[in-house]
Amino acid sequence: MSQVKSLADLRKLKEDLQGKMSLREKSNHPESMVQVKVAMATCGIASGAKQVMDFFINEFDKRNIHAVVTQTGCMGYCYAEPTIEVTIPGQEPIVFGYVDTKKADEIIEKYIKNGELVEGIIPVKYQSIETNKENK
Amino acid sequence: METIKLKIDGKDVTTAKGTTILKAAKEFGIHIPTLCYLHLEDLNIENKPAGCRVCVVEIEGRRNLAPACATDCTEGMVVNTHNIRVLNARKTVLELILSDHPTDCLVCAKNGTCELQTMAQEMGIRELHYQGEQSHYREDTSPAIIRDVDKCIMCRRCEMMCNEVQTVGALSAVNRGFMSVVAPAFEMNLDHSVCTYCGQCVAVCPTGALTEVDHTNNVIRALADPTKTVVVQTAPAVRAALGEEFGLPAGTLVTGKLTAALRRLGFNYIFDTDFAADLTIMEEGTELLSRLNRHLKGEKVPLPILTSCCPAWVNFFEHQFPEMMDIPSTARSPQQMFGAIAKTYFADKIGVKRENLVVVSVMPCLAKKYECQREEFATDGNPDVDFSISTRELAHLIKQSNIEFMSLPDEDFDNPLGESTGAGVIFGTTGGVIEAAVRTAYELQTGKKLENVDFKELRGMEYIREATIDFDGLPIHIGIAHGLGNARKLLQDIKDGKSHYHAIEIMACPGGCIGGGGQPLHHGDSSIIKARQKAIYEEDRNKTIRKSHENPYIIELYENFLGKPMSDKAHHLLHTHYFDKSKETTVE
Amino acid sequence: MGKYNMHVLVCGGTGCHASESETLLQDLKTEVIEHGLENEVQVIATGCFGFCEKGPIVKIMPDNTFYTQVTPKDAKVIVEEHLIKGRKVNRLLYTHPETKEAVADSKHMDFYKKQLRIALRNCGFIDPENIEEYIARDGYEALARSLNELTPEQVIEIMKKSGLRGRGGGGFPTGLKWEITRKSVSDIKYVVCNADEGDPGAFMDRSILEGDPHSVIEAMAICGYCIGSSIGLVYIRAEYPLAIERLKTAIGQSREYGLLGEDIFGSGFNFDIELRYGAGAFVCGEETALIHSMEGLRGEPTVKPPFPSVSGYFGEPTNVNNVETLANIPAIINQGPEWFASIGSEKSKGTKVFALAGKINNVGLIEVPMGTTLREVIYEIGEGIKDGKKFKAVQTGGPSGGCLTEKHLDTPIDYDNLIASGSMMGSGGMIVMDEDDCMVSMAKFYLEFTVDESCGKCTPCRVGNKRLHEILDKITQGKGTREDLDRLRNLSHVIKDTALCGLGQTSPNPVLSTLDNFWDEYMEHVIDKKCRSGQCKALLQYVIVPENCVGCTACARNCPVNAISGERKEIHFIDQAICIKCGVCLEKCKFNAVLVK
Repeated sequence: MSQVKSLADLRKLKEDLQGKMSLREKSNHPESMVQVKVAMATCGIASGAKQVMDFFINEFDKRNIHAVVTQTGCMGYCYAEPTIEVTIPGQEPIVFGYVDTKKADEIIEKYIKNGELVEGIIPVKYQSIETNKENK
Repeated sequence: METIKLKIDGKDVTTAKGTTILKAAKEFGIHIPTLCYLHLEDLNIENKPAGCRVCVVEIEGRRNLAPACATDCTEGMVVNTHNIRVLNARKTVLELILSDHPTDCLVCAKNGTCELQTMAQEMGIRELHYQGEQSHYREDTSPAIIRDVDKCIMCRRCEMMCNEVQTVGALSAVNRGFMSVVAPAFEMNLDHSVCTYCGQCVAVCPTGALTEVDHTNNVIRALADPTKTVVVQTAPAVRAALGEEFGLPAGTLVTGKLTAALRRLGFNYIFDTDFAADLTIMEEGTELLSRLNRHLKGEKVPLPILTSCCPAWVNFFEHQFPEMMDIPSTARSPQQMFGAIAKTYFADKIGVKRENLVVVSVMPCLAKKYECQREEFATDGNPDVDFSISTRELAHLIKQSNIEFMSLPDEDFDNPLGESTGAGVIFGTTGGVIEAAVRTAYELQTGKKLENVDFKELRGMEYIREATIDFDGLPIHIGIAHGLGNARKLLQDIKDGKSHYHAIEIMACPGGCIGGGGQPLHHGDSSIIKARQKAIYEEDRNKTIRKSHENPYIIELYENFLGKPMSDKAHHLLHTHYFDKSKETTVE
Repeated sequence: MGKYNMHVLVCGGTGCHASESETLLQDLKTEVIEHGLENEVQVIATGCFGFCEKGPIVKIMPDNTFYTQVTPKDAKVIVEEHLIKGRKVNRLLYTHPETKEAVADSKHMDFYKKQLRIALRNCGFIDPENIEEYIARDGYEALARSLNELTPEQVIEIMKKSGLRGRGGGGFPTGLKWEITRKSVSDIKYVVCNADEGDPGAFMDRSILEGDPHSVIEAMAICGYCIGSSIGLVYIRAEYPLAIERLKTAIGQSREYGLLGEDIFGSGFNFDIELRYGAGAFVCGEETALIHSMEGLRGEPTVKPPFPSVSGYFGEPTNVNNVETLANIPAIINQGPEWFASIGSEKSKGTKVFALAGKINNVGLIEVPMGTTLREVIYEIGEGIKDGKKFKAVQTGGPSGGCLTEKHLDTPIDYDNLIASGSMMGSGGMIVMDEDDCMVSMAKFYLEFTVDESCGKCTPCRVGNKRLHEILDKITQGKGTREDLDRLRNLSHVIKDTALCGLGQTSPNPVLSTLDNFWDEYMEHVIDKKCRSGQCKALLQYVIVPENCVGCTACARNCPVNAISGERKEIHFIDQAICIKCGVCLEKCKFNAVLVK
């Protein structure tokens, strides 16, 4: 708790604090950011999806990438766990399988930053209720 | 001073900036009716809550109607005071007030003098379109004032007088909405509150909500009792105002007719309180000089000396400044001195037993009703003064007794308690008591004769006045206050050690006794009080003897009975002591 | 605060508080700790989300899941299913009343779609008891910039350009008020925040104070800078203990951070705030009565002019603003007056917070741009009338307002349109009524309130309103006459024309508005002695249906006043003159032979 003595002090304090609030700010407008959903069902957790999720969160922070990382339920690709779904603003979501921290790094550098597709994409053959609604 | 032009009822009106529509209209002969508004100009007292809404007028361009008493004129304003919209609103407002008002006009104490009654009549109210529940409260009777607040119309005049002018604080608005009313805190009885009975609330109440305790029937009974000798004393302020009750202009002296009327009423002896006023000067003047001389010798004595003839003022300092009870004079008021002398000296003289002598006083004051009931002013349960009636009650008594006041001849008081000097008369106005005291004290102190008895520097209407009188080389500082709010200021100065006066005269009522709570109602016209003051000084001028100590009957009283001022007997009969009442207020 | 990857926001407004949201909050925190998630999941209480119908609300971020009607018992399942396994708890999701579909993200809910939260921008987002969350969201930036970069005149110009008008009901242009107060000459001036919110059912100001107290504090300081005052006073009703607590905490924190006190932002400007408590008087929301109440006098209004901007608290220039008005100000300065002026209608800029209540599906707090129509509010945001009933009227402006009916539904909501339609904006209460509501009873209800709250100073309000209420009561008791309707109208007009303050001047509005729009209903009450909505019990008639009556005498035997006559096996008859409408006969009849109409 520090005394705020000037506009500069205030702005500095705000900067420091904004990181902590950023999660909420971002989640109000997820469509404007990269969204990464990590499947965290039993098979996912068993194959180490938690570490993958933590990796994404930390790396996005380090590399200053505006992204929202959430966990989600079973996406159905139990054979390919850990699986993640990446949605870049304005594009269709893409599901990646067999994602470990090394793969995660690659996805960040190549796909998210440069739009280059990476190996291990799982084609999505169904529509979820959410996408159904959005399409309507 | 900037003037502005506007139109009222089609008339071109020019007035000073800052003037209200009400005042501007009056200047041009347009009389907008008011109810809660009160302006005693000469006394600088104004009540302007703008709550009754009777004086509403239409202003072009303004969405709703405006209260004329509280709305300032502006340049180019166009006002209509009686078009159909305004008339409808005004009458409806009046009907609403009447719908929550008892309809017992015929037996109400204010029958014929009630401002609401007059307004209902002038506005031509013939039907109450909106009737319903009425607000009822407990009636409260005290020794001097009756509160019948079913009749309260929330004009707030009494509250204003009690809090702002008198700074007593016995009354304020309580409750909320329909049941709101003006009452003492927690709706306790007046006689349990800090009320001083000054009666200024009664003097301004437009309806019968606040009236005096009526003793006329007691007086009639006493007069009818063959075993009683009934003696009456009248205060100076009464003779300057009684005529108003019979249509005479304010300020007409009616001393002659007053005594004639009293005689025809059947009183056995018509005496004058002014006689007792002279007596008060003897006692109080002596006390003043005694303190003054001890002070000059270097003794520590309480100074200034304060006059103590006003019972509301006595009540005030007993409640609010009890720690200063040794400062006022110990002399009783003229009313009480009279009673004490009447029931001893005079009773003996005519061979009547004390219990068979009834002393009635006619006073401009309501506190006197309370004063004569004070326990210390009685012997073995028999009070020195039995009843005190107000100027208004006397007028009723005269009318009830079929006496045609206007055709009465001028008569005189009886003796030995009816002769008074000019000094006694001026007790009725602010500045009078101290001037009377100075006339006597000067001669007693200096041993020199006073050539000019008119101390004009002590006269006037300003609330706090001061003057220094030269007692042959000894400067005596005099202070004068009327209205308890101003008394408070002087008392506070004394308390703070800032007071340089030797003597202070205090009267509770603005104007002094002439403005008392028992006088004919002025209905907001303060010029009446000023006229009465003029009359008092006129009576003083017309007297041959104008100094109290030259009153032959006073001299005789001392020679034959009292000995000298402040003798033991004088002390016993004519002096008193005070009580700390600061912790006495209780909630019923 | 560490860096969390999940935030759980629990609504801490009074409404949800009363439904145990405090316990829910503690239980969630406990569960989070027990599951070892305290470093990853942040659980906090926020201000009001507005969707009070569905409270207590829990919002999970970043996936924006909006849970409704959450109880403390649900804490465990939320943590286990949602936080850990990523599976939403479906039974706690909001479902659309007609389609019955579950909607997880509030952005997709009809309730929120048309809302634009400016005054409520932080409510439901930040922890009101943590100044840092306010600062992180541009908090105190407006104050800092005003003090360091702008002159008071420039700030006032911004306020004027924005078009902000008083949100307490008066609708007076805020910038103009500040300018007038600035121009008044005095060494001492006061900034007063009117937090007395007295309209029954209104809780806009309460939610702002509970959910985002700093926005009000910041705005008051800005106002002080503009008018030349260093003393702020918040007059808050004592019936808002939670708001008082949050405000006190916020003021304490502001002082700690040097944002209140001396030499704020090194500009040489001093400002501090004191609280003053109301004592249960609606009339003290009127600015002169409020000021007198603070002075220690009886809370009665006094004649204006003089206006408080010229002579107010102890005779000094005083600027009185409503809570909601103030809450908008930091946003206006930060985002610019042009932005604010681009929202709303021509003469009413920005948004307005409304408390939506009554027979509507979505009861709660909403904030919409001025110019939104009533239809949008009621049918889209409110998702229509409860239980599929028919819309009858919507009352706006509380006891000072009037009713709007079917024909007004497409009126864009703003100050002037509402007045033109016979009502007013007031502080933002909106009560929806359906076919089962009696309009006469509604007028009577409002008069009951005004009669209770009248200060008693002026005749028209003190006695007039009482008489209006008596007439309305008479009508609902079935004793009204045709002349009573004329009396109602005439008296209402006189009261409006002669009352001293806004309370009295507007108290007849519900009467006049219902007389104008529902004349038929009034006539039915007085001529036919009927109440079509069945709300006026005295006008109900219990009758025997001859076709169904078998003469079992059950009703007659049980009637407490012997109003029913009839022999065994013969059709019975109820004497209306004796019947006290207790309903026992209806209860006892097994043959559906008693009808209430």
